Order: sequence, then C-alpha cells, then structure tokens
Amino acid sequence: MNLMPENEVMPAAPHPMAPLPFRVQRVRRETRDTFTLELQSANGAGRPSFLAGQFNMVYVFGAGEVPMSITGDPADQDTIIHTTRSVGMVSQAICKLKSGDMVGLRGPFGTPWPVEEAAGKDVVVVAGGIGLAPLRPVVYQLLADRAKFGKVVLIYGTRTPADILYQKELAKWRSRLDFRVAVTVDRAPAAWRGSVGVVTTLIPKVSFDPQRTVAMVCGPEVMMRFVARELEARGVEKNRIYISMERNMKCAVGFCGHCQLGPQFICKDGAVFRYDRIRPLLGIREL
Amino acid sequence: METLERILAEHPFSRDLQKPYAELLVGCAANVRFEAGEFLFREGDEANQFYLIRQGIVSVEIFAGPSGQTTITTMGEGEVLGWSWLFPPYRWKFDARAVELTRAIALDGKCLRAKCEADHDLGYELLKRFALMVEQRLDATRLQLLNVYESHA
Ligand SMILES: Cc1cc2nc3c(=O)[nH]c(=O)nc-3n(C[C@H](O)[C@H](O)[C@H](O)COP(=O)(O)OP(=O)(O)OC[C@H]3O[C@@H](n4cnc5c(N)ncnc54)[C@H](O)[C@@H]3O)c2cc1C
Repeated sequence: MNLMPENEVMPAAPHPMAPLPFRVQRVRRETRDTFTLELQSANGAGRPSFLAGQFNMVYVFGAGEVPMSITGDPADQDTIIHTTRSVGMVSQAICKLKSGDMVGLRGPFGTPWPVEEAAGKDVVVVAGGIGLAPLRPVVYQLLADRAKFGKVVLIYGTRTPADILYQKELAKWRSRLDFRVAVTVDRAPAAWRGSVGVVTTLIPKVSFDPQRTVAMVCGPEVMMRFVARELEARGVEKNRIYISMERNMKCAVGFCGHCQLGPQFICKDGAVFRYDRIRPLLGIREL
Repeated sequence: METLERILAEHPFSRDLQKPYAELLVGCAANVRFEAGEFLFREGDEANQFYLIRQGIVSVEIFAGPSGQTTITTMGEGEVLGWSWLFPPYRWKFDARAVELTRAIALDGKCLRAKCEADHDLGYELLKRFALMVEQRLDATRLQLLNVYESHA
C-alpha cells in the first residue's frame, strides 16, 4: 500500500556531501585538551537519528572537516553531542568553538555497535582515552534496557586521572549495582586511590562469562590489538569482539578511497568492524 | 576460619600446584592484613617474603624526585606481589602500600629459597610461575611506556 498521497513529494534525503547547519548550544571542558559540544539544528529540521557507533563529518568554517563520533544518547531526539580532543588544526578549531557558533554537519555515517546482537549476553565495553566517546551511546542503551542483557562491564583506561572523561557520569555509573565500571590509569600520583596499570590488565580481573560475551572496544589501535588478544585469551570468540577503526578519512561515503584499508573502506564498512574480519589489517601503518 | 591450605588451593598462583609442593608452601605461609595506608614494605628493606593478595588493593610506588611519590602499578585480589626475595641482594626496589584494607598470604622467601635449592623440581615449578608473571608485567610496562593515549584514538 502506498501511504504517500500521490500529489505529495517525498522529502529529499540531505545530499551526503552537503553539510547541514548546526549551532553550538553548550561547551563543556572535559580535560585539559578535550571538550564536549552540544549542537542543535539551526534550520529547524531537527537532528537526524543515529545509531550508537556512528559518526558525523564536522565542518568548521575556515578550518576544515573531520570525522567525529556521536557521543550523545540515541534516545535524545534534540541534541547532537561530540567530544573532541585537540590534536591538530581542525580538532583544535572545534575545541575553540563557543556557544552560539555555527558548524556544518554531514552524517550520520558508518556502522553501529552490535547492541541488538548483545541482547541476552554479557557485554564488555573496553575504552581507551577518547575511545570512550564513541562507546558512551552504547552505555546509554545498555542501561536504558538493562534487563535485556547479562552482566554489563565497562573497562576504561586513560593516561592519568586528569585525563578521565565524563567524570560525573562515571561516578553515577559506578554507584549502580547492575553495572561494573573499572577504571585504570597508566600513571598516577600516590593520592589516587584507583587502579594503576594498562587497560589490558583489568580484563582478567572482571567477572563475565567469555562464552556468552559480546565485547566492544575503542581506543588507540595498539591498545585495541592487545585488548582483543587478552579477550581471546579469556575465551571470547573473535567473531564476538568488535572494534572501531578511527583512521583518518575525507569523504565518509566511500568515494575518495582516502580511508581504504585492504578491501575495506573504513568510512562505509566501518568504523565499527568485527574483529575476525579486520584482524589481518590491524597493525598496518596509518594511511 | 579458612585454613591456609584452602586459601592457597584457591589462589590463582598456587591452585594447580602438586600436593607435596602445596603442603610445603603452607609450611612457609602466614595470614597477614594491612590497614589502608600501611606499608607492606619499603624500598631498600630486606626482601624476605612475597604476598598472594586475597583482598584489597596495594599500590607499588616509587619516590620520583620532582614528581613526588608516584604509583607505578596497583595489584589486587588474585595477584602476586614481589619477586625481589628471589634475586640477590634480596632488597625491595619499590614501596608497597595498602590503598585499602588488604588481606594476603605472606610466603617466607628465605625458607622457600632454601627449599628450591634442595629440590630443583620445586624451584623450576616456582620459577616458571614467576617468569610468567615477570613476562606479563613487562608486557604491561611496555604498553604503559608507549603512552598510547597520547598518540590518540
Ligand atoms: C570514524 C572516526 C571517528 C572519530 N571520532 C572522534 C571523536 O569522537 N573525538 C575525537 O577527538 N576524535 C575522533 N576522531 C579522530 C579525529 O577525526 C581526528 O583527530 C581529526 O581528524 C584530526 O584532524 P586535525 O585537523 O585536528 O589534525 P591533523 O592535523 O589532521 O592531525 C594531527 C595529528 O593527529 C594524527 N591523526 C589525525 N587523525 C587521526 C586518526 N583518525 N587516528 C590517528 N591519528 C590521527 C595525524 O597523523 C597528526 O599526527 C575520529 C576519527 C574517525 C575516523
């Protein structure tokens, strides 16, 4: 049955190469070099829906365009949230934006985290550094539908205690009895009362059933390699480990080939990949 | 109260030891507890034990000049703390401090050293376990040194 009246025109999907205008509503400083921006549509069109794990191309006028994971709650229909670490020209320009400033967004693009597939299983989320940003929407979804999953674990590693993102939210998550949050840092002053050591060292220490676990991992590539190895050593099958390959890209729609890695285009076949499929390509130098 | 045999039979370090070796370990073991803030050992002290941690968190620290007292790593339940008892000059190279109430089994390294010399099968069994642990810590330290998060995700 055709539900569209014949004389009405289907609204055209936005062209994937044309940025839509968004206004910065709020800026929050997370750490010394990382900022979270809340954005709202500036043309009244609302925000496109997205799945946990997808990213936008964020265009800063006069600076350029870079991929940024969407880090808000997929259930929040209003706002787009990005957390950006300042590493170079464009990310620095994003971190300097103030409330009221405009940016252009294209997206969302990319493959999602397998939240649906994880239903009925234990879920182990492993994040390193800024890698918590793409995984935060997963946490929102797991907690919103908590009864659907077995054990839910977040393992998070950063360089120092001062580099921990979303500190208030982490504290709230830690206080829940149905969510195990384990944080570790690579180095710390003696006053730090938490764990010190690389993120891989926490994997043998947390309780989950490897036979029925889905793992989602995001962080620097070298960290993801070691985490995947450690998860395998615990008995998690390669085909139930997912990682996000955040290498640099340009067009985000599989045209330009900038992010091609073997047969895969990170922008459209990823950024979230199943580990058994991407493993041979991990460790290949930056493109 | 749990017996030392039971505790050693459950700890990952010793749970699959052959019975005679496990019994021998019991002979060198003592239950210990440390309050939060208490030092298990200090750098430079004689290293005559190692610890199988049962509960709590211990931080391994070094005084690093201008950076002050710095935590290098933390250990918790199921882990083993200390191998300086195995190698001359048998002195601790770091401080170890309980971050929270910590319960452990202290094993008398002096007594074990003598037993390992007398029974090389036991010595080999223990050294294999310590070598694996040293390898794991070295791997972890290498990753820590890479400063991976600075290179960014
Ligand atoms: C799918 C995807 C999602 C991403 N999500 C986020 C996010 O949520 N938050 C965030 O802060 N960053 C994210 N990034 C990384 C971000 O896109 C880059 O940091 C940004 O493109 C760098 O651009 P720049 O102009 O600031 O720096 P440039 O001047 O281009 O580069 C500065 C330095 O960073 C290195 N570099 C640049 N991009 C990458 C990369 N992707 N991986 C490793 N090294 C890189 C360069 O080699 C150079 O050394 C994501 C990347 C991808 C592909």
